[in-house]
Amino acid sequence: MRSIEELTTIRDKHRGDVICRIERKAPTVKAGIGGGSEGSDSYRSHVLICAGTGCSSMESRLVSKNLREEIGRLGLDKEIKVIETGCFGFCNMGPIMVVYPEGTFYCQVQPQDVTVIAEEHLRQGKPVERLLYRHTKDGAGAASMEDIEFFKHQKRVALENCGRINPEDIEEYIGQNGYFALAKCLKEMSREDVIDAVKKSGVRGRGGAGFPTGMKWSFASGSKAEQKYVVCNADEGDPGAFMDRSVLEGDPHSVLEAMAIAGYAIGASHGYIYIRAEYPIAVERLRIAIRQAREYGVLGEGIFDTDFHFDVDIRLGAGAFVCGEETALLASTEGRRGEPRPRPPYPAVQGLFGRPTVINNVETLANIPKIIFRGWEWFAAMGTEKSKGTKVFALAGKINNIGLIEIPMGTTLRTIIYDIGGGIPKGKKFKAAQTGGPSGGCLTETHLDIPLDYDNLAAAGSMMGSGGLIVMDEDNCMVDIARFFLEFTQDESCGKCPPCRIGTKRMLEILNKITSGNGVMEDLDRLEVLAETIRDSSLCALGQTAPNPVLSTLKHFRSEYEAHIREKKCPAGVCQALLSYTIDPLKCKGCSLCARNCPAGAISGKIKEPYVIDQAKCVKCGECISRCKFGAISKG
Amino acid sequence: MSRQCEPGIKDERFAIIDQILARNGKSESMLIQNLEQIQHELGYLPEDIQSYLAEAMAMPLSKIYGVVTFYSLFTTEKIGKYKISVCLGTACYVKGSGEIMAEFERQLGIKTGQTTEDGRFTLEACRCLGACGLAPVLTVNGKVFGRLSTDDVAGIIAQFH
Repeated sequence: MRSIEELTTIRDKHRGDVICRIERKAPTVKAGIGGGSEGSDSYRSHVLICAGTGCSSMESRLVSKNLREEIGRLGLDKEIKVIETGCFGFCNMGPIMVVYPEGTFYCQVQPQDVTVIAEEHLRQGKPVERLLYRHTKDGAGAASMEDIEFFKHQKRVALENCGRINPEDIEEYIGQNGYFALAKCLKEMSREDVIDAVKKSGVRGRGGAGFPTGMKWSFASGSKAEQKYVVCNADEGDPGAFMDRSVLEGDPHSVLEAMAIAGYAIGASHGYIYIRAEYPIAVERLRIAIRQAREYGVLGEGIFDTDFHFDVDIRLGAGAFVCGEETALLASTEGRRGEPRPRPPYPAVQGLFGRPTVINNVETLANIPKIIFRGWEWFAAMGTEKSKGTKVFALAGKINNIGLIEIPMGTTLRTIIYDIGGGIPKGKKFKAAQTGGPSGGCLTETHLDIPLDYDNLAAAGSMMGSGGLIVMDEDNCMVDIARFFLEFTQDESCGKCPPCRIGTKRMLEILNKITSGNGVMEDLDRLEVLAETIRDSSLCALGQTAPNPVLSTLKHFRSEYEAHIREKKCPAGVCQALLSYTIDPLKCKGCSLCARNCPAGAISGKIKEPYVIDQAKCVKCGECISRCKFGAISKG
Repeated sequence: MSRQCEPGIKDERFAIIDQILARNGKSESMLIQNLEQIQHELGYLPEDIQSYLAEAMAMPLSKIYGVVTFYSLFTTEKIGKYKISVCLGTACYVKGSGEIMAEFERQLGIKTGQTTEDGRFTLEACRCLGACGLAPVLTVNGKVFGRLSTDDVAGIIAQFH
């Protein structure tokens, strides 16, 4: 493919995808248009099945295999197109299937359900009521995807194509105007124009720190060198964040296109994607995408018949959180231990193999083709004054609707938790939401109504981070959560600089002391002093931000820390060492099952009379509770 | 020079390494991919494998050892037939994966990171599988088990016995 005309021909061939899945009309069947039966116009209905990591774990691949067979059996294979897509976002409702043009949203589809879907819906045109999403309010089935509260408040930009196209088919991407932004850059825009558009859009780095992307590009563009590089940071380390993975699984070409655009803007001819080896599906889809992009000539020599060359390679990460830090990432890409180095020099001056390098996060890149194609004004119209566009959050933890959501910057936490997230399960009370993962902090009830953007989150003592948003309810102990995050950062500290290596270890020891009931009040002061030192003197962001979860929980939940220390109690009933197990004499039938299973021999009594637990001997393993058939044992 | 790579000593594991190097090349920037693929084929990266690779990639062994021990994906010890990876990512943790891990430790009689004496199970913690909708979640040799409670532990172990 050498010209925009050829690109346009492919897009037209896939016009049916747009008509059916976006305009939601049955394509008028015109066999022979574009590529004959290959053209998507020739199908009356498209069935999209999520094949992202979440749904794949729930056998969605088997669902689509069975459906294809069933459709073949019914002789509908010329009328119905079955497509495996990336993530729809509503992960706890998976496996997800959407039937277009109606937009019928089926959830938790089991492999054996396909027979009834094929027969009743695809053949007779009657949606299968029992597989529809049920509204939480009245239990009625949702007529279509847009009808569902989870999707109503969202605005998909970075995730636009996820769950809409087949990520393993470059033509479906082109059908959604894919690679037209690259063509526009190469044919109509100067390098400066491209950087200028990205600057004016106001897009900031989605990986955590929020540095303006256009500025980054202009620094690298200004560096003089024979060779420069574009690096995509797909080392998504925040445990509980999975938006980058979903973009790569659902829309890998958007990242490749953006990297080529960045390459053109800064004058680089080569790019690397640094991705976690733990993401096998994403790696595989990227490999397919790169191969197809080369075949179609949108990567490689002389793209669109210009003198611009660009190619991309994949580098796998090997499980080190610190490699998300840009200088550590570069060291790892070069095949070394992923240890950070002091900045300056910044990568824009001296980056990969010592050459000027732009490093952008996956989600940031996924926005770029849309900014170029639709114009920076369109993008800048979304969001708040200093945070433009949308942000993807991975909503998880104690929340009814778990999944990936994309919302305009400035949306409130209340909307996220109660409208999109559907509230807290089992009627429990919202306690806190952690943003920014192990580098961030928690937001509490008092923050429910602030518009979420980079600056407001920083002011609230948290950070945007990569977009992990973990909800906690009254059953979560905030001291334990702080300890959990510190255990993580301490384990992941690369060990190069002492404040991080030793400081986080000391902080973790203090937190372990507190959660095991041995803390003293002075420990809280020590934690604060240590936190300040580590923050101010660590080499990289891993250490500098490691104390954040402790500082923020200390600020908002100090009384919980005090209860652990003064009263030797864990108010949420989480910290094992602070719990005591007791048998309710009124409920106990004296069956002796608990006593016989107690590994510490701490329970005694007479048959048919209430048993008692000797607190001095009890090791708090919980075995007795799991054995008791009468619910007579409680902990607290 | 390490003994293992003297000519004449035949070891099919080294032939596998040669194939991987022939495919990927020997530049330093390919070290992590090479190690990853070697481990995929051989299961782990013991010292003789590391020294053979050092020789073959013309790189000090210390550098290879440094990389192997830095990244959590690499292991220098043989792992069990079934690898149980319990997700301790935040989403799973707040839903009780820590308790599930403790239950596995109790029932298998090993600590996280260890292998049972019969070589059947290795228990490890992993960071976010990205299947947060299924939390708490674990994998056994890649097979996913989700929405677990401590009551499911015995059943999972039994499946692989």
